[in-house]
Amino acid sequence: MQERIALTGNEAMALALKQINPDVVAAYPITPATEIVQLFSSYAANGMVKTEFVAVESEHSALSAVLGASAAGARALTATSSQGLAYMFEVLYIAASYRLPLVMPVVNRALSGPINIHGDHSDSMGVRDAGWIQIYAEDTQEAYDNLIQAVRIAEDPAVQLPVMVCIDGFIISHALENLEIMADEKVQEFVGPFTPRRPSLLDLDHPVTVGPLALFDYYMEIKRGQAEAMRKAKPVIKEVGQEYGRWSGRKYSFLEPYQLAEAEIAVVVLSSTAGTTRVVVDELRQQGIRAGLLKPRVYRPFPQQEIKAALGHLKAIAVLDRADSFDGFGGPLYKDIRAALYEVPDRPRIINYIFGLGGRDVGLDDIRSVYDDLAQVAAGEAPEFSIRYLGVREEAL
Amino acid sequence: MPNLKELMQQESFFSPGHRMCAGCIAPVAVRQVALAVGGAPVVVANATGCLEVATTIFPYTAWRCGFIHNAFANAAATLSGVETAYRALKKQDKLDSEIKFIAFGGDGGTYDIGFQSLSGAVERGHRMLYICYDNGAYMNTGIQRSSATPLYADTTTSPAGRHSSGKSQWRKDLTAIMAAHNIPYAAQAAPSHFMDLMAKVQRALSVDGPSFINIMAPCPRGWRYDTRAGISLTRQAVETCYWPLYEVDHGSWKLSYRPRQKQPIEDWLRSQGRFRHLFVAGGEEEIKQLQERVDLEWARLLKKCGEAAA
Repeated sequence: MQERIALTGNEAMALALKQINPDVVAAYPITPATEIVQLFSSYAANGMVKTEFVAVESEHSALSAVLGASAAGARALTATSSQGLAYMFEVLYIAASYRLPLVMPVVNRALSGPINIHGDHSDSMGVRDAGWIQIYAEDTQEAYDNLIQAVRIAEDPAVQLPVMVCIDGFIISHALENLEIMADEKVQEFVGPFTPRRPSLLDLDHPVTVGPLALFDYYMEIKRGQAEAMRKAKPVIKEVGQEYGRWSGRKYSFLEPYQLAEAEIAVVVLSSTAGTTRVVVDELRQQGIRAGLLKPRVYRPFPQQEIKAALGHLKAIAVLDRADSFDGFGGPLYKDIRAALYEVPDRPRIINYIFGLGGRDVGLDDIRSVYDDLAQVAAGEAPEFSIRYLGVREEAL
Repeated sequence: MPNLKELMQQESFFSPGHRMCAGCIAPVAVRQVALAVGGAPVVVANATGCLEVATTIFPYTAWRCGFIHNAFANAAATLSGVETAYRALKKQDKLDSEIKFIAFGGDGGTYDIGFQSLSGAVERGHRMLYICYDNGAYMNTGIQRSSATPLYADTTTSPAGRHSSGKSQWRKDLTAIMAAHNIPYAAQAAPSHFMDLMAKVQRALSVDGPSFINIMAPCPRGWRYDTRAGISLTRQAVETCYWPLYEVDHGSWKLSYRPRQKQPIEDWLRSQGRFRHLFVAGGEEEIKQLQERVDLEWARLLKKCGEAAA
């Protein structure tokens, strides 16, 4: 039985956390993710969850504490954003290599400097190679759904990897939207009880050393094992997405195409901007322009084959990155998409835009201009280019 | 408590066969801690450092108990998560054993990079014992100065030279800082005084809340002494009052040991290569300053402990 209510992205994530009802949550406040842990601490304070809540003194300690709790056999979560995620950097890699199934909402926010509290993807893109699964949500519904699925994905015996569930700061975290929620028991049933896959630190009969020193003789096999787990995560993500569909009526996979099959030109963009883009696609379709959209939902593991299949037939593609690599070549999503299409014999032309940094608004006109450019590139009237900045005052540089 | 002979026969959670250097006192300190714990189940967390890298070289481990190493700065935070999981699982009746939690960190991982994590964890009141094995520098990376390094010690980042007499600052008084967190128990100990050390460990594990013990653990490479001399160096440090033995039990300061005849600091300095540069012409002034500061700190400690002045 599903209920339809209005929640902000943060409230939806906090609700999902409450329904998951983990053993341990350790967290530190940071705008715009603060509300998630604030709400959660009130659930703990009012006995609405069984969770032990630890209000730590930093994000570094937040992730360190949930890492310890997970190694001790507890289902453990934290949430963060921006500088907090950056502060966790070294522990992110450690959590992945210890194969601990942590789940962490990341409310995407620009990294300093200059300091800025608004949404962009520089935080999670900066840790895209940390060994975490990354799932990006477009709206509050997806934020809620992705968080619940993340628990199952992370804890799958074949996976045992941590998962980041990303939503756009403020745009989604603070915007009120209608969504359908499952009953607490239903969520509990879906995620199931937590079963540690190896002896826990608290298993006195099987003393275990977690986090030993491994040098050139073993390190590489351990890293290779992580890569293998990431590969094995793909069918699990798909299966969990389908099963979740049977439970909730909302099925999930790696990518969400929109008007793509018959399209000639398309935009590829993560998260909330997909919503804006969809509106423009509808407009263009009414004008008879064969425009489409691809919203990747899962960025790590990178769904290369699926992307190839979804985009290979197009004439021209624009990849919109809400983070820059500062390498003069293009944003991270662009480079991955471009590489994914290398094997396509008659590959589409592909262009890149960096947009929305520090919460810079992206409106319908911005997206329209992208499709205008795309139409020209597709027709061979404009050159393929690797990087252009959307909505920036170039004259102010 | 059993005597030394009996203790030496006992197995503990810390096994021999690790790869710590000959003459290093850190594993001696850990063994004494482990013997004090006896058969009680423990889970250990270890900050990155000599102890961690030399006892857990995969696929081997020297730890017969649950052990976790996370990173350099976060042993206390990591163990606070383990301890929280323990409470969470106990509350849900998923666990019925009684477990003690002990973190080990060197002075780098405790005084410096791990200090925030330690301060936070004890402020939150996790029931765990944090032990610093203080060898007075970043020995694992090659003898760089830390905030625990003694004044005028020669290290690779506070080298003695034509314009330097070594480290130019007095060490951070971490034990007092930990006591100032108003935790139930904080103490300073030395492996030369092992009965005192073990009693302190047992007291620390008995209190309801966080506890901290700072243990002097000489490093033959960094201090530059003959590998046989480690324990006598901690004895000398206690006898000179450079490393006084005391405890702060629920706010009450108590001196654990008062030397019958306080020894001059010069004797302790002379037996270590890291102070060799002070024993040339002109080094008398530095030695005098060191002695004056030791005397001052000792007088302050006596006062805090309600002892008669020297």
